[in-house]
Amino acid sequence: MAKASRTKKEEVKYELRLYIAGNTPKSVAALNNLKKYCEEHLKDQYKIEVIDLLVHPQLAEGDQILAIPTLVRKVPVPIRKIIGDLSNEEKVLVGLNIRPVKQ
Amino acid sequence: MPPIRKKQPPIKLLPKTLTGITGLDEITSGGLPAGRPTLICGAAGSGKTLFSLEFIVRGATEFGEPGVFMAFEEKADELTMNVASLGFDLNKLQKDKLVKIDHVHIDRSEIEETGEYDLDGLFIRLGYAIDSIGAKRVVLDTIENLFSGFDNQAILRAELRRLFGFLKEKGVTAIITGEKGDGSLTRQGLEEYVSDCVILLDHRVTNQISTRLLRIVKYRGSVHGTNEYPFLIDEEGISVLPVTSLLLESEISQDRLSSGIVSLDNMLGGKGFYRGSSILVSGTAGTGKTSLAASFANECCKKNERCIYFAFEESPKQIIRNMQSIGIDLKSHVDKGLLEMHASRPTLHGLEMHLVAIHKKIKKFKPRAVILDPITNLVTVGSVSEVKSMLIRLIDYLQAEQITVMFTALTLNTIINEQTDEGVSSLVDAWLLVRDIESNGERNRGMYIMKSRGMKHSNQVREFVITDEGLDLVDVYLGDSGVLIGSAREAQQLIEATGQVLRTHALTRKDIEIKRKRSVLESKIASLQEEFESVQDQLNKSYIEEDLKKEIMEKNRTEMIDKRHTKNSGNGKGK
Repeated sequence: MAKASRTKKEEVKYELRLYIAGNTPKSVAALNNLKKYCEEHLKDQYKIEVIDLLVHPQLAEGDQILAIPTLVRKVPVPIRKIIGDLSNEEKVLVGLNIRPVKQ
Repeated sequence: MPPIRKKQPPIKLLPKTLTGITGLDEITSGGLPAGRPTLICGAAGSGKTLFSLEFIVRGATEFGEPGVFMAFEEKADELTMNVASLGFDLNKLQKDKLVKIDHVHIDRSEIEETGEYDLDGLFIRLGYAIDSIGAKRVVLDTIENLFSGFDNQAILRAELRRLFGFLKEKGVTAIITGEKGDGSLTRQGLEEYVSDCVILLDHRVTNQISTRLLRIVKYRGSVHGTNEYPFLIDEEGISVLPVTSLLLESEISQDRLSSGIVSLDNMLGGKGFYRGSSILVSGTAGTGKTSLAASFANECCKKNERCIYFAFEESPKQIIRNMQSIGIDLKSHVDKGLLEMHASRPTLHGLEMHLVAIHKKIKKFKPRAVILDPITNLVTVGSVSEVKSMLIRLIDYLQAEQITVMFTALTLNTIINEQTDEGVSSLVDAWLLVRDIESNGERNRGMYIMKSRGMKHSNQVREFVITDEGLDLVDVYLGDSGVLIGSAREAQQLIEATGQVLRTHALTRKDIEIKRKRSVLESKIASLQEEFESVQDQLNKSYIEEDLKKEIMEKNRTEMIDKRHTKNSGNGKGK
């Protein structure tokens, strides 16, 4: 039981939320980049939630979203935000506080 | 046939949105440009946030235009608390969907930038907020905070430009606030983007006294006041006053207003001052200026006209007590609500603020007469020229409103003619001068009218006496040794009275003498008459005797002739 919870905790170590506004090239690039980094460094430890503000504009206020695209690390706390198309891998990893897996 | 002139379609003027801020709509002749962004800039603490918030609240409460307030600095509940003191209930307005406050939190430490981005998030948020309540007004306070949150200035600037375009597209009237920078209106050069209307707020401290000032730097497509206008933040929010009236075309009145002193009215052509005129009472300390002013106030209130009394030296209670001693009951007027007294030290705030405060109180109370006692103390908060310009504007305003104003001024200089009393003596319509006249070891008050426009007025110096029953003017005594006043006048009057008695006495004595002389003469005349009659008798007697003699002689002669005739009768008849 205890083990199970730990494994479950392990699974959702990173809760990431990506805010986009429609399918703009920047948003698409950001999502692709994010998926790539997560697969590489956080395999099975992450959850990505994509929120399209054009569909849910009321959600922008909650996470204090100004820039698009914005990646929010909800878990683990503290909340971190990374804005931009996430093209710089190093910066994203530092921003999310992820130790890169040595290849 | 004359050509039929086609009716020209009216030129479409720039539509404007009333702000509801007292006075601002007059300066801008109708408010801020509708559907366009306006920049309000100023240093920290100059009132930008309050200004913009009042714009939103007034829009919601007075004009039925919902508004969005996007705060980049303060949190919503902080804002709500800050403006609660002004009587704005933001919580209720938010509940009623008239106002939406959106706090934008920017924390540099939380944000990492990688690659390209835009501010669509902000746009969507703003757009959502606008659409959710159907907002017509938007405030972005202070958008420059974005610059501290993002590194990429190029993106930010491009996005700001897009934002203002977005606001225009949305058709909302927006206010963007910006902190004043060195040598530019805003730190980040926002004026580049918002170029329709720029308002600069300033908070200046001179001689430890602060004055808030507002200036419209530019307003595209509209005439506007260009001066610096003082404004006041008080419990009712912001009030700006367009205090400089350039036109001298206020209505004038033929009405006359008693000064409360009958003898003074007599000096002023018998009727007193003109309504709506300005009166200056100047004099050295202790000459009764306040008493004169109180008497004027008393007279106004007696006629059921409202009067407002601004005291800069004494407290209202003190004035009421002091005036009681000379038989002027101001308290009853205060109780009836006809008289309002306001006391404040001149150093309470700057001159302009005083002016604004005076304006506000006059607008609220709507008096027919205003008293400022004394204006001299205002010099402590400004230079003479500033006081003058303030008083000019006050007089202009009061004249336009047909309110009579009485100033009192203390002259420190004994050479009164050289003293110009804060320079207002040329502006006022009537100038009364009360001065001390020292002679015979006592001090008396003399009063004269230096000028009184448009009416016959006495050129005489009158003695101004303050009695238990009020004020009065007494003719001074012009004696051999010059003007006599006070006890010297009374002494002279006594001397005159004594002389009068003595003269009457002497007169009666002389009358008796004359009588006597007359009787003596009359008796003399009588005896002479007697004498004359006896002489006449004498003469008459000899006259008769002579006549008699003549008659007898005649008779004798005829008898003689007759006798001779009888003797020689033949002689005569024989011829």
